[in-house]
Amino acid sequence: MTKKPTTDALPKGAADTGRSLASQRENAFLGEDRRRAEWGRRLDGRRTVLEVRGVTKVYQLEGIEVHALCGVSVAIREGEMVAIMGPSGSGKSTLMHIIGLLDRPTSGVVSIEGEVVGDLTPNQLAGLRNQHIGFVFQSFNLLARTGAQANVELPLVYGGVSGSERARRAREALERVELGDRLNHTSGQLSGGQQQRVAIARALVTNPSIVLADEPTGNLDSRSGVEVMGILQDLNAQGITVVIVTHDANVARHARRIVELRDGEIVRDEPVPDRLDAHDEIIQLGMNTVGGVERARAAGDPA
Amino acid sequence: MNFTESFRIAIRAVFANKVRSALTMLGVIIGVAAVILLVAIGTGVQGEVTSTVEGLGSNLLFIFPGKQSTTGGGSSFGPGMSGGKPFSLSDAQYLRTRLQLIDAVVPVASGAGNARYQNRNDYATLSGTTDQGTLVVSATLGAGRFFNRSENDAASRVGVIGYTVKTSLFPNGEDPLGRVITINGQRFTVIGWYTKVGGGLSGDQDNVIRVPISALESLTGNSRVPIMLVKVTNTSDIDLVRAQIKRVLAPKFSDQITVMSQDQTLGIFNQLLGTLTVMLAGIAGISLLVGGIGIMNIMLVSVSERTREIGIRKAVGARTYDILSQFVIEAMMLSVLGGVFGIAVGAGGAFALSGLVPTTVTPWAVAIAFFFSAGVGIFFGVYPAWKASKLDPIVALRYE
Ligand SMILES: Nc1ncnc2c1ncn2[C@@H]1O[C@H](COP(=O)(O)OP(=O)(O)O)[C@@H](O)[C@H]1O
Ligand SMILES: [Mg+2]
Repeated sequence: MTKKPTTDALPKGAADTGRSLASQRENAFLGEDRRRAEWGRRLDGRRTVLEVRGVTKVYQLEGIEVHALCGVSVAIREGEMVAIMGPSGSGKSTLMHIIGLLDRPTSGVVSIEGEVVGDLTPNQLAGLRNQHIGFVFQSFNLLARTGAQANVELPLVYGGVSGSERARRAREALERVELGDRLNHTSGQLSGGQQQRVAIARALVTNPSIVLADEPTGNLDSRSGVEVMGILQDLNAQGITVVIVTHDANVARHARRIVELRDGEIVRDEPVPDRLDAHDEIIQLGMNTVGGVERARAAGDPA
Repeated sequence: MNFTESFRIAIRAVFANKVRSALTMLGVIIGVAAVILLVAIGTGVQGEVTSTVEGLGSNLLFIFPGKQSTTGGGSSFGPGMSGGKPFSLSDAQYLRTRLQLIDAVVPVASGAGNARYQNRNDYATLSGTTDQGTLVVSATLGAGRFFNRSENDAASRVGVIGYTVKTSLFPNGEDPLGRVITINGQRFTVIGWYTKVGGGLSGDQDNVIRVPISALESLTGNSRVPIMLVKVTNTSDIDLVRAQIKRVLAPKFSDQITVMSQDQTLGIFNQLLGTLTVMLAGIAGISLLVGGIGIMNIMLVSVSERTREIGIRKAVGARTYDILSQFVIEAMMLSVLGGVFGIAVGAGGAFALSGLVPTTVTPWAVAIAFFFSAGVGIFFGVYPAWKASKLDPIVALRYE
């Protein structure tokens, strides 16, 4: 994401056509208090799907203690789209591994869907990951020489879903990322953006509580990056909880809430005042791909 | 995840690296094929000896010079038992005159010689017996006759040739009867020939010339008789005759003779051959073990190559058991496929060699080879698979 489209910098015509842009502009005029109040209302009554409290992580590196996280507390509620942002080395990946149940904190409590995961065995954690978490990685991490559908089926395989049901759900997930026509394409036969969309489908297919994306646009050109952010926004609009880890402020602005880390501590946790809509960016970039335009039109373009 | 899934993943992994999988299997293929082949030869030879000896009838006693415990505790077997003076023809004659309840005493000696007829020659086994040798030979005459008593007593230069000798010296259906051939330069008249027997323990059973033992002496310059056979008239008298033999020969040989029945002879032979077969199979088994180490090696490479894949699988929910079974099944598949091919190669080899050596591929040898190779796969696959299953998902995902 090298391009930095902001609401103010948008050409007049384009800005007028985006419904969400309009609402964003409206949002920008709201006072800080009102915005927070609206935020609170939006989340009222929503259950907390994942929570970390007082989490620390200390690495031992050749006898030296590295404090990667120093008492981090975050609660993520159903339907949120949160960006965990911060410069390199601030502890984002460490936090994401803990949230994703891939790693354990040195101290502190992690709970998912109300269940504290403190003393679970590696196999129990694997089961929880399978059930509740969908991962999207910077480097896609698809199985080589394996078709898109088989890749998407993988979590279902370990979830014990039967063959035909698995195939049906994998195809459905691939259709949601608009790759319904690429079921048997392997990584080598897909572009970077398409590979990341397969990875998103894989993350979605189990109906997880949270989709965790670590620098999902990091290996993509800006155009594919916007597309991927658009898909994540669409999924969020459909009610899926999304957490994005990024060092890039513009990527973070696609979320609804930003948690900013610095040296292992949260220095900011607030709603995004000027949220970017990837579909507007697609139009702005003058692209006619991946149904972006169609979606934008359907969303309110009078033309 | 269930077993079929692990199985499918393993199949895909094995076929993804065809050349590597094939080379890895080769170790097991060679090992299993060697086990199958050697056991087939051992079993085949054993079967042939048994049928040959049994074909002679159960009323035979074998007399060897030297002492040998019937349990096979001695250092060697058969002709050339430890110690003991060799017999001579006169011992056989003496025995004949002193024993009752018997049909014949047949001294047996053997050598080798070059038989020539015109410009053709054949290097054959020479077997010397008395005229009563027919009682202990299980071949059938195609034409002619065995030598008679007067020819035997006169050490006549006559011989009965085996089928291989006949076809080598008299090709194109030439009639050998009455022809004079030379054996080691001495002229012998062919008086009979045998039909094909087939098989053979130490080479070709048909590549033999039977001559009077007295004539053989002049061919080899060796008057020793390494074995005497006694044909007892009634099988029920066999123990009686055995005691008689010992008594008759005691003045000259004291206790330095061994008298064995057909069963005992077979027993010792089978024991020896069994030991030999087990030894050879053991050596072949070592090559199977080496094949197993090859599998372990390749599985370790495969695990480290696929570290990232393991990380991905774990991230999306694979448990320790899932990864472990995936890699164990993959190793087992390599070894079992190798085992199956090895059995095919071994059985094919046994079939190909059956013209030269008797071979018998027994189901139990196949079963043991199969399960042993599967066991090798599990044994050598577990460690790499365990390593894979213990990988930390974060480390594995970061692995380049
Ligand atoms: N396995 C590890 N061993 C030692 N130190 C680590 C390890 N992983 C991360 N760190 C350290 O922890 C801090 C936070 O790292 P990380 O979470 O990767 O940050 P970010 O993802 O924000 O760049 C850094 O100082 C990093 O060097
Ligand atoms: Mg990082």
